Parts: sequence; C-alpha cells; structure tokens
Amino acid sequence: MIAFLFRRFDKTATGFILALALIAVLVPVFNLVVSETSAFHIPNYLVALWGKYLSYALLAVALDLVWGYCGILSLGHGAFFALGGYAMGMYLMRQIGARGVYANPILPDFMVFLNWKELPYTWYFFDHFAYAALMVVLVPSLLALVFGWFAFRSRVTGVYLSIITQSLTYALLLAFFRNDMGFGGNNGLTDFKDIVGASIQSPSTRAALFALTAVFLALGFLVARALVTSRFGQVLAAIRDAESRTRFLGYRVEHYKLLVFVVSAAMAGIAGALYVPQVGIINPSEFAPANSIEAVIWVAVGGRGTLVGAAIGAVLVNFAKTWLTGTSPEFWLYGLGALFILVTLFLPKGIVGALAARFGQRGEGDAA
Amino acid sequence: MNPDLTDSILYLDAVSVSFDGFRALNDLSLVVGRGELRAIIGPNGAGKTTMMDVVTGKTRPDNGTVVFDGSTDLTAMDEAAIAALGIGRKFQKPTVFDGQTVEDNLLLALEGPRSAVSSLFGWRSRVAVEQVLDVLAIVRLGDLRAKLAGSLSHGQKQWLEIGMLLAQNPKLLLVDEPVAGMTDAETEETARLLTSIAGDHAVVVVEHDMSFVRTLNCKVTCLHEGSVLAEGSIDLVSANDRVIDVYLGR
Repeated sequence: MIAFLFRRFDKTATGFILALALIAVLVPVFNLVVSETSAFHIPNYLVALWGKYLSYALLAVALDLVWGYCGILSLGHGAFFALGGYAMGMYLMRQIGARGVYANPILPDFMVFLNWKELPYTWYFFDHFAYAALMVVLVPSLLALVFGWFAFRSRVTGVYLSIITQSLTYALLLAFFRNDMGFGGNNGLTDFKDIVGASIQSPSTRAALFALTAVFLALGFLVARALVTSRFGQVLAAIRDAESRTRFLGYRVEHYKLLVFVVSAAMAGIAGALYVPQVGIINPSEFAPANSIEAVIWVAVGGRGTLVGAAIGAVLVNFAKTWLTGTSPEFWLYGLGALFILVTLFLPKGIVGALAARFGQRGEGDAA
Repeated sequence: MNPDLTDSILYLDAVSVSFDGFRALNDLSLVVGRGELRAIIGPNGAGKTTMMDVVTGKTRPDNGTVVFDGSTDLTAMDEAAIAALGIGRKFQKPTVFDGQTVEDNLLLALEGPRSAVSSLFGWRSRVAVEQVLDVLAIVRLGDLRAKLAGSLSHGQKQWLEIGMLLAQNPKLLLVDEPVAGMTDAETEETARLLTSIAGDHAVVVVEHDMSFVRTLNCKVTCLHEGSVLAEGSIDLVSANDRVIDVYLGR
C-alpha cells in the first residue's frame, strides 16, 4: 500500500510532501513554543486561517482529480465539501451537550428553539466521533455514487454535466436553508465547544487541527497521484482526450468516471470536515454555487492536471482573497474575475503548468 | 441454426436504421467469413459508416439482426461489451490519444482486462511491453515509441491506430478509410499490412481509393442507399452498370 502511494515519484511531488511535512511541524512550533513577544511567533488567528487554506487546497486537489485528469468539470464540488462539513458540524453540535443556551443535554439549541421534542433520526449516533468520521466520507461518496451513476450512465458530458452539478449544489443549498430539514436552517451549525475531548478554541487544538489538515492534504495528494499515475489514470486521460475512442477500445467509461468521482467526493468531504472546526461554523452558504466555481478558479490558476498546482492555486487565491477583502472588499469579485480571465489568456496551464514548461519538466497531465 | 450463419464471423440480416426519416441502412444484409478480407465501397451516404456504427454498438438498428461469431446478437450490446467480444474499429478520422506516448496508446489498446478496478493495479508488465514492441515493429513506429501521439503526422497516426487495432487482437477489424491522406508508398504499405492481417483476423475495410481496393485483391461489396448494390470480385463489381452509374462514374 505504501509502495503503491509512493511509486513513480518525481521532484515536484517529493518537494510538495516535504513542504507539507515541514509546515505541519513548524507552524505549531512557532505558534505554541515560540514566545508571543518574539518576531517569529505565529499568532493563533493565522494558524486557523492557514488551516482553512489547506482544507481548501484539499478540495482543490479533489477537484483537479476529476477535472484535470478526467475532464469532468464539476461546478458542484462545494456540495461534497459542505456535506463533509455538516457531518463534522453535527458531531461538534452533539459535543456541546448541556452547555448550550437552553442546556438541553440531547437536543442542539436550534431544535429546542424550534420546539422539537426528539432528536431526528438523522442525528442519531453523531455523538460518536467514529460514526461522524464515517459519515464525513460516506455521505458525500454516496451522493456522488448515485448522482454519477445516473449522469455518467446517461452519458451526460461537458457543459451539460457542469450545469447539473451546479444544480445539485444549488438544490442542496435550498434544502439546507429549510428549518424542517433539521440541520439548523440558514444559521447552520455553530457555537462548537469540544472536539474529541479537547477545547476547540484552545491554541493547542487549533495547532493540532492545522497539522492534521496538512497531513490529510498530503494523504489526499498521495492518493490522487497514485491514481493518476496508475493504468487507471492512463485510462482517465484517454477518456478526457477521446471518450468515445476509449469506449471502442472496450473500456467502460462510466465505471472509470464513477470511481474517480466518488473518490474525489470523499476527499472533498474530508476537506469540509477539516474546515468546519477551524472556522467554527457551517451553514447553507457553503453550498452556494459561487463557492464551487471559486474552487474551479483555484485549480485553473494553480494549473489544471498537476495536483500540486491545484493546492498552490487554492492557497494563493485565498490568500489574495483575505488580503483584498481586508483592504478593499468591493474589489474582490472584480479581482477574482480578472484573475480568471488573465490566467485563461496568459497562463492556460496555470502557474505550475507554466513553470513546468519553462523548466523543461512536463506537466503531470502530459506525462504517462 | 443456419450453417451459413455459424460459419460466418459477422452476419447482418435485414438491418435498417433511419435518422429523422432518412434511411441510412435499408434492409441491409451482409455476411463476412472468418479471416476474410472484405472491402466496402460506395458513394457518400451509402451507409458504410452507419453499418460500422451498428456493428460496434454506436447506433442501434431499428430492425434486423446483427450476429457476431455465429451466435452473439450485437444489437442489444453497448460499445464496451462489443469491443470486449473482439471487434476493433479504426475511425475515418484517426483518433489516437494525443496527450499520451505512442507506446502508451498501444498499451491502452492491448488485449487484457478492462475493468476500472483491475486498472488500479498492474501496469506495464514485461509481457505487455514485449507485445507492444511487436506491434511497433509491425506498424514501423519503433523509433517514435516515446513520442506523444499528438506530434505524429497524419499518416503515422493512421498507422498508430491500425497498431492499436492489432494490439487489441480482435477477431474482426473494422477499418474506416485507412489510407485517406496517405502517400502512395504509405498506401501500398497499408495494403500489404491489411492483407497480412487477414487470415488470423477478419478485416472489413471501407475505402474510396479504388486502386487501393484493387491492391487488396479481395471480395468487394458496393453499398448504395443503405443496401448492397453489388458484391464479388473487384472486376465483377467495377464492371457492373449500376455501380458505374451511382459510384464510379463513366
């Protein structure tokens, strides 16, 4: 299994994994060990912020896996991210217990507020972390399985597929807005206290969450890379470049698409689950189509079909977003639009793709 | 069962296909024997490509039967299942995987398991690479093995696609216009190659180039308006008045 993950490694991949390992160790150290008066101290808010970036990076890697390598342009990947986030949020809600405003040991505050008497069955077992962790992976995967089964079997491709993925996330947005869905309506889930027994606000928990996100990003990258460099990945690229030719060679295109789509959805779900405890809230706006489109932009900026580029693009664009929305919020959306146009025009292979071309290394999408 | 039917590799009986009222295939019946080399000619719109679409599962016929290998009815199967039975197809416009190397194109085509799960494991076994080298030698692309398929010339792509068919090792090869855009020398080579493949595999070639068809030296079927107009040796078919009227010209 380990050998499977690390085969056909190149310099970029090794560098990326080492960089992640390094920040997984150094950021917590500079946050917790280095004194607050030191210039090298990393403040708590930055740890949470960069943890958020890394969970976005994992979402971007998941998206790049389907878009960059199999040509499935999902404009609804935010849905899988949000579902993973909700599964984690439900666990965190149930950890609050009697410490909520209404001090109900079983029901989360919003249910008491809505005069509900019993916990809905969807919330059963979410007080167990293992069960919640399972749901983080299972719910997005199952949705991807059912959705993908119908879409790929009916041979919905290209822009039509993009539109229905967009509709999927929009439908979920509307559904989760409803109070009677039982997921907190438009307020979503928040006011978390503990995660696996540790206070979610404490700097050490934050640092641990950050390190964990870096680890999961590395794992997600390794899994995605192992997939795309295997024979499976070769068939994916074949599907991306000439789908019907691949069928005539005897490959069941829909099975390949379904498998990669489900793996990607699971990865996006994990990203969402890592995101929620670090930002402290999950609400239906995470299902907003604009979020999914933004994720596509991260991947395009970083370099579609490179995996590393997707992660870098996610971090860079979100860093720019934080900075620009801080200094001149009204310009952010223009900036994002301009960025997308500029990248499409001048860096069609994204940052990493352009660098690879410049330094003579073939992008991973081209390499077999 | 009809003995003629069990003996043939491909048997089309009264196959009809219409697109928006246009009858692309009209009661077409056609029998191809095992290991036979067959050339299909006919004017544009005669139904040559539609016939291939029906056999490979791309188009479902409105009526009629298509029997492969004496017993399997193809009309209810999809492309992947039909390909798995042993029917390979080369398209009119060469379609290779541009982003992958010549060698990888052949590895993709190579006979073997096709399921998504099996593809996660197993990659470039020594045997597979040897088989690919054999095919590369046959189609004379050995020197271009590590090149991206997208960088090949038109003729080379045609050859690569024929190589992919060989790697697939199908019982029946459907070859749509293999020499379009080839030089005379390449055309000659292709004729030699296809003739040598026949015997082990049945080969159906659709082609407009009459001198090429003549070099193939095989039974010729002329299609017109979705059905067979004439069938027999090239001399017989090209002497047929109707064939001359609708296709060859006077």
